[in-house]
Order: sequence, then C-alpha cells, then structure tokens
Amino acid sequence: MNTILSIVPIQYYIILSAILFSIGVMGVLTRSNAIIIFMSVEIMLNSVNLLLAAFSTYHNDAAGQIFVFFIMAVAAAEVAVGLAIIVMIYRNINTIDIYNLNKLKG
Amino acid sequence: MIASVFYFLSFVSIFFAVMVVVSKNPVHSVLYLILTFFSIAGHYLLLNAQFLALVHIVVYAGAIMVLFLFVIMLLNLNAATEPVKSSLMKFAGAIAGGSLMLVLIAVLSKINSIQPAHEVNTQIGLIKNLGKILFTEYNLPFEVASILFLVAMIGTVILAKKNPHTS
Repeated sequence: MNTILSIVPIQYYIILSAILFSIGVMGVLTRSNAIIIFMSVEIMLNSVNLLLAAFSTYHNDAAGQIFVFFIMAVAAAEVAVGLAIIVMIYRNINTIDIYNLNKLKG
Repeated sequence: MIASVFYFLSFVSIFFAVMVVVSKNPVHSVLYLILTFFSIAGHYLLLNAQFLALVHIVVYAGAIMVLFLFVIMLLNLNAATEPVKSSLMKFAGAIAGGSLMLVLIAVLSKINSIQPAHEVNTQIGLIKNLGKILFTEYNLPFEVASILFLVAMIGTVILAKKNPHTS
C-alpha cells in the first residue's frame, strides 16, 4: 500500500478543504468587487473538488472523479454566463461595485 | 518525502488563496488564483488522479482564467478603480468567515471512524478507466452536460449582445 493516503491521513485533506472553503467565504463577504467575488466562488468550488478527489482515492472508487468533471463543466458554464452579466452591468452603470446594485431595494 | 510535498502544496495553495482575497489589484488576484489552481493540480497528482490534474490545468488555467483576465482588461480595472468598502463591513465579514473555519475544523477533525479501502488500485485516475465509466454508468449526465453548455453559450451571446433599446 504505497498511496498518499497511507502517509497523509484523510483528516488533513478535510482540514485543508475546510480552510480553502472558509477563505472563499471570507472573500465573498469582505470584497465588493464582483469579479473578486467570482474568484472566491471558484476557490470554494475547487476546495470541494479536492475533497471529492481525495475521497475517491480513499474509497478506491472512480465516481468521485467523475463528479469532479461535472462540477468543472458547471463551473465553466457559470463563469461564462456570470462574466457576461458583469460586462452588461458595467456597460449599464459603469461600475462593478456590488453596493451600487441596490435598485431593487424597496 | 511525500508528506513534505503535501505540506508544501497545502501551504502554497492556502497562501495564494489568501493573497487572492487580500490583494488590491484584480489582475494580481487573477495571477495568484492561477498559482492556487496549479498547486491544487499538484494535489491531484499526489492523489493518483492524473487525468483530473491535466483537465484541471486545461479548464481552469487555460480557459476560465483567460476569460477572467480578458474581462478585467476589457473593463480596464486596476487598483485605482477598486471600490472601497467600510472597514466595519470588512471586519464583520472576516469574523464571520473565521468563525465558519473554526467550526468546520473543530467538527471535521473529530472524524476518525471511516476506514479506507483495503485493496489499492492506482489505475482509477487514468483516462482509460475514467472514460469507460463516464460512457457507461454516467452516460446520461454526460449528455445533459452538453445541453448545459449549449444553453450557457446561447445565454452568454444574448447577454453580451448590445441592447439597442438602452443605448
């Protein structure tokens, strides 16, 4: 048994993913630039992908890696649509500060 | 040896993820995010997921990051145009995220009852095995993903087209 998981316990991967996910949450909460918020969402998606791959190796089951492919496909589609929306917002109000997007406030 | 590689890659990915969040210039954020993605690809290689590492580099560093950089250059964003947020909001966000991290680590570090698989197959991350599973067991989700891409493509074109009524 000479895989990585006999040397590094699975708990370390869980903690690494939790830290990366929390950094993404902090980015979403503390920044107001819409593009940086998008990048923080990408960090969160990647932390979940890493944990899925780790458990796929841990349980010796390829289904986890297939799920990572589907998450990557959804992330690519989401980024394309989201960046188009950001470009449209910039064209209309000339800023991407999310605190200017309060027109729906009653 | 492998353990020190793991610690190095973990340090690099966490450090550059923090730099993405704290850096003022959006272009620097994108460059740090690329380095984060490369370190995560290194993690995939350590986990015997070779094809996944390759696809991760191609999709994220090749496609998504180019899209981000292109939009940032198109909108001409830099540190000077960076919106300022009140420090109270930043403080509250950092406290909330830090509390989430504390709770997650405290809960998840208690896990010790799961058992790993006994027989180890180092071939599951190769393209032959993954392709076989993708086209037999997960054939329907694979086809649905192509419809998702078609919808995303049409939506992007419609969104990015200039609306003649507004301007």
